[in-house]
Amino acid sequence: MTQINMRVDGVTYTDDVEPRTLLVHYLREQLGKVGTVVGCDTSNCGSCTVHLDGAAVKSCTVLAVQADGGEVTTIEGLTPHGGGLHPMQKAFHEMHGLQCGFCTPGMIMAAVDLLGENPDPSESEIREGIEGNLCRCTGYQNIVRAVQQAAGELRTTGNGHAAPAEVDTAAAPHVAGQA
Amino acid sequence: MIPASFGYARPSTVEQAVQALAEGGDDVKVMAGGQSLIPVMRLRLAAPETVVDLSQVAELRGVRDDGDAIVIGAMTTHHDVLTDPLVRQFAPLVAEATETVADRQTRARGTFGGALAHADPAGDLPAVALALDAEFVLAGPGGRRTVPAAGFFVDYLTTALEEGELLVEIRIPKLSGEWGVRYEKFNRVAQAWSIVAVAAAVRREDGHIAEARIGLTNMGPTPLRASAVEAALAGAEASPETIAAAARAAAEGTSPTSDLNAQADYRQHLAQVLTRRAVTAAAGM
Repeated sequence: MTQINMRVDGVTYTDDVEPRTLLVHYLREQLGKVGTVVGCDTSNCGSCTVHLDGAAVKSCTVLAVQADGGEVTTIEGLTPHGGGLHPMQKAFHEMHGLQCGFCTPGMIMAAVDLLGENPDPSESEIREGIEGNLCRCTGYQNIVRAVQQAAGELRTTGNGHAAPAEVDTAAAPHVAGQA
Repeated sequence: MIPASFGYARPSTVEQAVQALAEGGDDVKVMAGGQSLIPVMRLRLAAPETVVDLSQVAELRGVRDDGDAIVIGAMTTHHDVLTDPLVRQFAPLVAEATETVADRQTRARGTFGGALAHADPAGDLPAVALALDAEFVLAGPGGRRTVPAAGFFVDYLTTALEEGELLVEIRIPKLSGEWGVRYEKFNRVAQAWSIVAVAAAVRREDGHIAEARIGLTNMGPTPLRASAVEAALAGAEASPETIAAAARAAAEGTSPTSDLNAQADYRQHLAQVLTRRAVTAAAGM
């Protein structure tokens, strides 16, 4: 076992993990962050996308030990607890950017990452920017519209980088700890 | 699926990494960004005894100017290569090809050195390194040595890296004179591997092509130079007819595979078409 320290959605965790533990499994099974889903399990579909140290990554293709000392933001930490929907989440809702919703957490995290680097992307830049995320329902039309709407809103209200709120870390819940 | 159990070492210097490789047992794997290694381990195609994770070796990251060359640290991520001003100025072909590698998330983790050391013939960067006459600096228990790109790619997924060695940095000579570049990639869907791709750098002089360098992706177990095309273009008139005629030799000496994406003869056809397009664009036409 290897000890890791990680801030996830604003909370600091210290845990022992096997080096082979994938980040997505650590997030879901040990921390209970089930908002991040496993889709293809082969780093193709992007459903498991989270932010690691400010960049979108596929958490099924990162070892938990590689994120040691890092800062992770999942879909659950896009806005502070009780802070309502992030402009990207609101835009996906309003523009019908989802049907079954399985790709949505990863799609939103990828789109937020894209806007962090390019706040005013063209339609083709959006399509290129989310090429690592597959949606089998929508045909992407409404997803692109949602990203455009969120980009417009974020340009007027502030940058799109997720900055999770400070949380009291001592009381952080662990799934494993509760079991 | 999750990888089989392995021992884990996370050195913070090249020296410590070399030592970890020496102490790792019979089957040690070096992990750079993990974007190729982790999927392979998850599929249990590899089950190393020890993984040596280079993510904390700070000296392996970054790009520096070294006079007549730029030097890219092996652990520099694709994203950082893409956005590096030295790469953009002195090795734009590297930037253009890197932009086509996988997707944003993979480029945020995957590294320049990892992609080269993995040496997948369908990977985009080996053919570019070969076309640009890059040099590979390797570190091992006996110290450092430099291997030219032509000697680095040995066979399918096999490089000149010996047991106990790791790739430290890649020297890419600056192109002097008026060069144009183009990476022409043919694949099925957005983030897929190249079925075939062609990397071209062309130096024009007085309406002629003074020199052309052409690397082929996925036309054999290693990246290849389209030597016959390069010879035909040297000193030739920069015209569509001349380029089209020269490009017909692009598949000479290649040995592409047949797989679900394409038959070998179709790949050879693609190599000709993409070479014509890449050279035409690189020649500014």
